[in-house]
Amino acid sequence: MRILYFAFLRQRTGMGEETVEAPANVHDVAGLVEWLKTRGPGHAEALRDTSAIRVAVNQEFAGLDTAVAANDEIAFFPPVTGG
Amino acid sequence: MAIKVQREDFDVGAEIAGLTAGRTDIGGVATFLGLVRDIAGGDHVKAMTLEHYPGMTEKMLADIEAEARGRWPLDETLIIHRYGRLEPGDHIVLVVTASAHRKAALESCEFLIDWLKTKAPFWKLEETGQGEHWVEARESDDEAAARWAETPHKAAE
Repeated sequence: MRILYFAFLRQRTGMGEETVEAPANVHDVAGLVEWLKTRGPGHAEALRDTSAIRVAVNQEFAGLDTAVAANDEIAFFPPVTGG
Repeated sequence: MAIKVQREDFDVGAEIAGLTAGRTDIGGVATFLGLVRDIAGGDHVKAMTLEHYPGMTEKMLADIEAEARGRWPLDETLIIHRYGRLEPGDHIVLVVTASAHRKAALESCEFLIDWLKTKAPFWKLEETGQGEHWVEARESDDEAAARWAETPHKAAE
């Protein structure tokens, strides 16, 4: 999986992206978030409050119950503020 | 139909001229130009840096544009959104819509900027006298976008 972080999530995790192999019991975004939080204090802090985070799976807005698979691109970011 | 996500500035007049050159079917052009303001929440803004999600940004803007073209009879549309570090007075975003009649152009232009603000993956980091902070999404922007949920298709035809 390719994981991308934007805005405050990029700052708190200290990375814009990472490639990971999630454990076999990670099937959806919620499971992925729980596992990513174990990767370090920056990840745990960035992903602590899922109500403050939006997620996209393969560049489509997704939810916590959206399925994820090995070759997916999953992005985490705050609500958008362009325009 | 054009979507541009770029660091460089743009020339509004040249963009409109390019869109309408050689066209005699267009009767009305509407534009929205977004600029960097120097005051936000009472703080003086020195600059802002726009971050975006390359790939998804272009995809979402194309989706939004397609939605507008499904709702209004549009001859041309253009969306330009900048990223990178911008200072007060700088251009951020340009939305141009062209149609045979003004109503379709005006309504679709407002629709495009309202939807863009809540769906296109851009984030603003403001630099103020108090330091740097990420701009928070506003409920009023969600409400503005939600207004369009019930607009009948091709309402202006």
